[in-house]
Amino acid sequence: MAPEMLLSLLTSTLWQTVQMVVVAGVIGTAIGLPIGVFLATSGKGELFPAPLTNRIIGLIVNATRSTPFIILVVAIIPFTRLVAGTSIGTGAAIVPLTVATIPFVARLIEAAIREVDKGLIEAARAMGATPFQIVTKVLLAEARPSITMALTLTIVSLIGYSAMVGAVGGGGLGDLGIRYGYQRFMPEVMLAVVLVLIVLVQAVQSAGDALARRFDKRHRKHG
Amino acid sequence: MADIPTAPPPGGPLPADTAPPMVAFEQVSKVYAATGSQAAFTALDDINYSVPRGTITGIIGRSGAGKSTLIRLVNGLEKPTGGRVLVDGTDVAAQSESALRTLRRSVGMIFQHFNLLSSRTVFDNVAMPLEIAGQSPAEIKARVAPLLDLVGLGDKAGRYPAELSGGQKQRVGIARALATSPKLLLSDEATSALDPETTLQILDLLKTINHDLGLTVLLITHEMDVIKAVTSHVAVLDQGRVAESGRTFDVFMSPQHATTRVLLSSMPGSGLPDAIQRRLKPTPAAGDNVLVRLVFFGKTANQPLTARMASTLEADVNIIAGAIDEIGGEPCGTLVVAYPADPAVMERAAQFYQQTGLRAEVLGYGA
Repeated sequence: MAPEMLLSLLTSTLWQTVQMVVVAGVIGTAIGLPIGVFLATSGKGELFPAPLTNRIIGLIVNATRSTPFIILVVAIIPFTRLVAGTSIGTGAAIVPLTVATIPFVARLIEAAIREVDKGLIEAARAMGATPFQIVTKVLLAEARPSITMALTLTIVSLIGYSAMVGAVGGGGLGDLGIRYGYQRFMPEVMLAVVLVLIVLVQAVQSAGDALARRFDKRHRKHG
Repeated sequence: MADIPTAPPPGGPLPADTAPPMVAFEQVSKVYAATGSQAAFTALDDINYSVPRGTITGIIGRSGAGKSTLIRLVNGLEKPTGGRVLVDGTDVAAQSESALRTLRRSVGMIFQHFNLLSSRTVFDNVAMPLEIAGQSPAEIKARVAPLLDLVGLGDKAGRYPAELSGGQKQRVGIARALATSPKLLLSDEATSALDPETTLQILDLLKTINHDLGLTVLLITHEMDVIKAVTSHVAVLDQGRVAESGRTFDVFMSPQHATTRVLLSSMPGSGLPDAIQRRLKPTPAAGDNVLVRLVFFGKTANQPLTARMASTLEADVNIIAGAIDEIGGEPCGTLVVAYPADPAVMERAAQFYQQTGLRAEVLGYGA
């Protein structure tokens, strides 16, 4: 393949990947984060005790997470059409990506919040804090480094998932690699795609790590 | 044995005895219901106790005695299953959630593991209760700075808890607990994670706060040293019941309950050297000495009694061990002496104790 053509394919598919990852990531986090907070605080004897609802949401989250992504993409096509108006293309691919992101984020956020020392919740209660204040001023604030790491992991996973939505014409880097590199046997395209993905994932991970380190005040720092 | 003479009240703003207590436990019980795997557990059983206003009052007990549960009933972190807990006349468990939050702003609390927010600076940790109470940033700033000065951390406002020592963290905890100007401070094993020297500094700070702000302090601990150093009143908790309570000085001078004696025996200076302890016999043989523990307190603490003792007894008085101490702000001393276990000498000694009001306890006999 001519280098100019490869470059133009790479940039257009990179843009598609970024679109899918960002939109699915933002919407998935917006919905998944509150669900994660709820899962972490609604057990028996916790801040918002609702053990039954907790159980049911937990089950739905597990069911979604145990469905292989490619099956999820196909299975929810009617829903995708309802939301995006079509079942094909980058816009449509965002729907299953978001649906898969929500339970993923929810479980990671739940784990991050459960790590917060219970003594801090007790101290806040002793100060007269409302449950809502405890969530915002204690749980989310103290879990911020872990939440940052969780969202970094989410973005990296989304980049991986986005390669699979080529199945519904979602486009993106992964799709480019499969169609040109694999099906048309163009190893240089495959190599270029993999290199771009490596750089992309590396950049996201480094940025996430740096941000998490900045938020983390739990350890004494030198210098 | 002579009765304990009433010692003068310790320093500090002592309330009239008629003032209503700051905290009153009335027939309080707490039973944790049985769960699938565990049987029901009675943490507190019919507790009746009052914390006098303006005092530093201690509750001591071994782990599992129920002290953590007891202190958490005061600010409603736990609810009693029976009886009432009154804070300044208000029944804590009867309050609605929002009334309870208001009440909690008048009751500060400090913790064994400090429970500071790692993501907030010292300043922002102290500001937290004020934020929760909805105060403006200007009000918060005006309140936090003097509090940090009070606890000696005026220069650490911008630091994070991870950059502080244990003692400094507890000072932040104290400043935070004082932020909303409470009338009562609860201390949950606040010095148990600190080294002895830092413990003394923190206890001194609590004393200062009690004295200068007129704040009532209720502390729980498993360390007799803490009780001795700062409290004026104490309750000994054993298996969910108040085994004994009263003025700290009285409880230390004449412990009535076995648990109190065990707790006291861990205090330095309370025991005899092992070598002597092992040779002690319950009955005297010919030529033996009697070992007696003398306790000086109240007016006997300030008299030259030992000097007079030798001449009154007309026998050699050998000093084996001794310690001078202050309990609940009152000076007291213990002295272990030995003199011949001769009936005439012992008779003269008994009369001497009677006349002077010295408290004496025969420990045993030995060569």
